[in-house]
Amino acid sequence: MSGPSMARILLVVALLATAPMFTASNAVLNFLTVTLMIALVAQGWNVLGGYGGQYSFGHAAFFGTGAYVTAILQVRYGANAWAAFVVGIAGAALVGAVIGALAFRSGLKGSYFALVTLAFAELLRILASVTTITGAGVGTLVALDLRPQAFQFQSRAPFYWIVLALFAVSLIVVRMIEQSRFGAWLVAVRENEDAAKALGINPSQVKLGAMTISAAIAGAGGGFYVQYFLFIDSGIAYGPWISIEALLAPIVGGIGTVFGPLLGALVVKALGEMTMLLGGDAPGLDLVIYGCVLILIVAFAPNGVAGLLLKARQRLTLLNPLRPERPHG
Amino acid sequence: MAEPLVRVDGVSKHFGGLAAVDNVSLSVQSGRITALIGPNGAGKTTLFAMISGFLPPSAGRIFHRGEEITGVPPYRLARRGIARTFQIVRPFAGLTVHENIAIGAHLSRRARADALEAAAQVAHLVGLGELLDKTAASLTVAGRKRLELARALATGATLLLLDEVLAGLNPSEIVTMVPTIRALTGRGITILMIEHVMQAVMSLAQHVYVLAEGRILTEGSPQAVVGDARVIEAYLGQGAAARLSAAGGGHV
Repeated sequence: MSGPSMARILLVVALLATAPMFTASNAVLNFLTVTLMIALVAQGWNVLGGYGGQYSFGHAAFFGTGAYVTAILQVRYGANAWAAFVVGIAGAALVGAVIGALAFRSGLKGSYFALVTLAFAELLRILASVTTITGAGVGTLVALDLRPQAFQFQSRAPFYWIVLALFAVSLIVVRMIEQSRFGAWLVAVRENEDAAKALGINPSQVKLGAMTISAAIAGAGGGFYVQYFLFIDSGIAYGPWISIEALLAPIVGGIGTVFGPLLGALVVKALGEMTMLLGGDAPGLDLVIYGCVLILIVAFAPNGVAGLLLKARQRLTLLNPLRPERPHG
Repeated sequence: MAEPLVRVDGVSKHFGGLAAVDNVSLSVQSGRITALIGPNGAGKTTLFAMISGFLPPSAGRIFHRGEEITGVPPYRLARRGIARTFQIVRPFAGLTVHENIAIGAHLSRRARADALEAAAQVAHLVGLGELLDKTAASLTVAGRKRLELARALATGATLLLLDEVLAGLNPSEIVTMVPTIRALTGRGITILMIEHVMQAVMSLAQHVYVLAEGRILTEGSPQAVVGDARVIEAYLGQGAAARLSAAGGGHV
């Protein structure tokens, strides 16, 4: 599959890494950090939804599990924050594997799969809001301990670099999937499951693998959230907000592309900030804007921002008589 | 006769009260082209779906190389060397021709580069060599039929189940496709094909089964089968054979 080279991915990451050198503004760094965190979760969604064609409405289940496991292991069991973070990712992957096994074994597809993932996320949200280990309705607060070995920092820049590093790993993982047999099989399942079966592909197994990877990446986003905000409750962890952000960013940015989730997260988050500036803190106004953006994208740019950029570049090369390149067929 | 490559033993498929396939037995000899013909609704595609693992039979058993494969899912059968094409083509529309074929080639090749290389070779074999970089969605019907064949071939299959690969093609396309199919048997590939284009069946198949209303009506060489009064009646209605010979126009 064609896609960006590893060199281009590293170049983009290197450019992003210089951001703290241009601005000391906490507001800007906070914006970029949260945007990258959303892009990370969205990249997780992209593995399953973009490449595998399985649209999850419940990535909160993985984000929340990553967050809760990271928090609870520290607060209740005195675990090291970094170790808790790694276990959190594994926990999210496990939840992804279990939900995936149940859903795909039963042959759930399309909107049924979406509904079941939503139901699992809601189930976990309700459970987390009543059980004591999660802090029930009060939530779980991670004690302030501003040392790097506790995955906490005095300033915003290290947080930014860490979320960037996590996102960079997700970019590389997705690029490697694109170039692997697993990735080819995943796309085949997305395009036509019966044809895939006839060619020796076990769709359930491939989708299960994608869901596990997808959940692990989303779980990393959740674990990072806890270390950044030092607080988690059931509404944040398993609430629909993160499931929506996770699917909105890749759809807006370009579904099934390496950079789609990043482009989409930037656009969506920038719009969110602008809404806040224009309309103040009216509750739900950002969701109204998101809805409008989604309609516009689906109607006019089904391949998202990435698709628009590609089209623009092809137009430019066509207009430039000095570089007569063959347009893509 | 030696153990056939595929043996279908008393297979039936009921959909509610309807017996789409009723107690059918047939065998496919290794290295040959066997054809399955019959009027619309005879149960050919249902029978195919059972042999290729897409539908579990209601009764009966299916054997491949002497081992029972009844109810084995299609992706396992593909690993045994059985690949099928679909009557209604199912291209991976968003991918290029090259990528489409590479998916089949990946079955026995893990590395992307190996699969792409093997795919290019298969593409040349079936006459898609010039179209490697086109998207599957941009192909003509004839191109898509070739793509179905190419993907199945790329799996390294030794048994191809071809479901109407000639349907929808114009006469000149059929003329170019027939030698492509015949050449496959020279590579040690056994073929079981459903086909409506009798001209192709006559020139390709060594053995023909005629299915009508879910049952095997008759079997034999293509020449013997098309001269059979029962076969003509199955297609044209009862009494058709008699009327044809009375009119003197038939060579019955």
